[in-house]
Amino acid sequence: MLKIFRRVFFACPAAVHCTVLKRTPLYDIHLSLGARIVDFAGWEMPVQYKGVIEEHLAVRSACGIFDVSHMGEIEVSGPRAEEAVRLLMTNDIARVEDGQCQYTLLCYPNGGVVDDTIVYRYNNERFLFCVNASNTDKAYEWIKEQVSSIALVENLSDQYAQIAIQGPNAASILEDLSDIPPSEIKPFHFVLAELSGGIEAIVSRTGYTGEDGFEIYIAPTDAKELWEALMYSGEEFGIAPVGLGARDTLRLEMGYPLYGHELGEGITPIEANLGKYVKLEGREFIGAEALRAQKAAGVKRTLVGFRMKDAGIPRAGYEIAKNGKKIGDVVSGTMSPSLKEGIGTGFVEPAFKEVGTEVDVVIRGRAAKVEVVKLPFYKRPY
Amino acid sequence: MEFPKDLKYTKEHEWVKVEGNIATVGITDYAQDSLGDVVYVELPQEGGTVTKNEPFGVVESVKAVSDLYSPISGSVHEVNDAIIDSPEAINEDPYGDAWMIRVEIGNTNDLSDLMSSDEYQKFIEEEK
Repeated sequence: MLKIFRRVFFACPAAVHCTVLKRTPLYDIHLSLGARIVDFAGWEMPVQYKGVIEEHLAVRSACGIFDVSHMGEIEVSGPRAEEAVRLLMTNDIARVEDGQCQYTLLCYPNGGVVDDTIVYRYNNERFLFCVNASNTDKAYEWIKEQVSSIALVENLSDQYAQIAIQGPNAASILEDLSDIPPSEIKPFHFVLAELSGGIEAIVSRTGYTGEDGFEIYIAPTDAKELWEALMYSGEEFGIAPVGLGARDTLRLEMGYPLYGHELGEGITPIEANLGKYVKLEGREFIGAEALRAQKAAGVKRTLVGFRMKDAGIPRAGYEIAKNGKKIGDVVSGTMSPSLKEGIGTGFVEPAFKEVGTEVDVVIRGRAAKVEVVKLPFYKRPY
Repeated sequence: MEFPKDLKYTKEHEWVKVEGNIATVGITDYAQDSLGDVVYVELPQEGGTVTKNEPFGVVESVKAVSDLYSPISGSVHEVNDAIIDSPEAINEDPYGDAWMIRVEIGNTNDLSDLMSSDEYQKFIEEEK
């Protein structure tokens, strides 16, 4: 990396010591597509191919294809699996049907977050957690420690590669490749489909971009074939490979949290404004007591989204201030490729959380005006 | 990637073009390519001073913030305000439209440790 870089906002999460880097089965394809590779959570991943802005806009207007094979997969199964999963989750998986997925947090007893994850409900005896790459080992150990006495907990991360296609054209691209019409998969539902005439896959209508799209889990040995089939089918629909750089700007435009930024062991879902994924009524799960108490007492800081009113780009770690006094910290920030302005999220004292509130972000010692806005920053036009 | 022969280069990936007592400064093709899409630039005021090896401004891509280091000491003769409104020019034309500042050279000795095009290319090969 260049010496001139003051700070690159794609560093390896501190908890991970990236000595031996892992590669996904699509690594060679990324190189052949001219990707720039970075170390991310212990993986050698493509951060960009042609450029973050171009890739970002391709997802908003057509379709992007992402290698997300670094994500972890943990399965919990057995006759008492539902009880085990409900004990771990802040959201309530009993409220959804078989074949549905649900976003949830996994919390520690103190309300801090182990990880945020999407849970796939096959049936009441089998569940799959898709966890962050940086948290896979930690989440697996945590889940095992909590529930292995009542359910079978398996880390299946090595058995799955994952490809996401995201954008308004995603369903059209998948149409010819899938034995189950993608239009029949409702948002936050999944099917076990056969793709490209023989590839067994879990296909869910989920994503991390705010666009329509699918996340597809396959065996690592099938990853190259599926990637190429999707690229071929997607050519007429403007498909473009998208790296982690645009994945981050896309999720931030939607206000989606990223572990290590809006979430962490020292941040609760209540503080991160994720209360709607915390179902406290009449339930006991790990962390419920602490979260209930925090909800009753009120939080000392809360997550807000803001946009720049002055010139500049907010970045994680910058201070948020009002009249020269510190009131919080930026946790994510970028130049929004869709909105063409600086946007960010940060934790502030609750007195400053209302939409329209003007505060400052301190950029290299200079106070730059920002305005608290409603999330998401970006709304899709369809 | 291009590294024009008539320019001098620094280890911090700036280029310098000397014409009389005026040095024009920008960032190299290698620097803009490494940064990715440039979306923001901060430059000094006209009439201010810059100091050799000290930051004179900032360039930001979507993902990275980088300091710009001055290859020479002197007073700022002219600033390219156009790139503040169109920072993408730094990706498109780093040696042309996207020059950054013109400095009145204070001490010509400052130029002695700058690299030639060949030396700079060798330097970035070693740095990779």
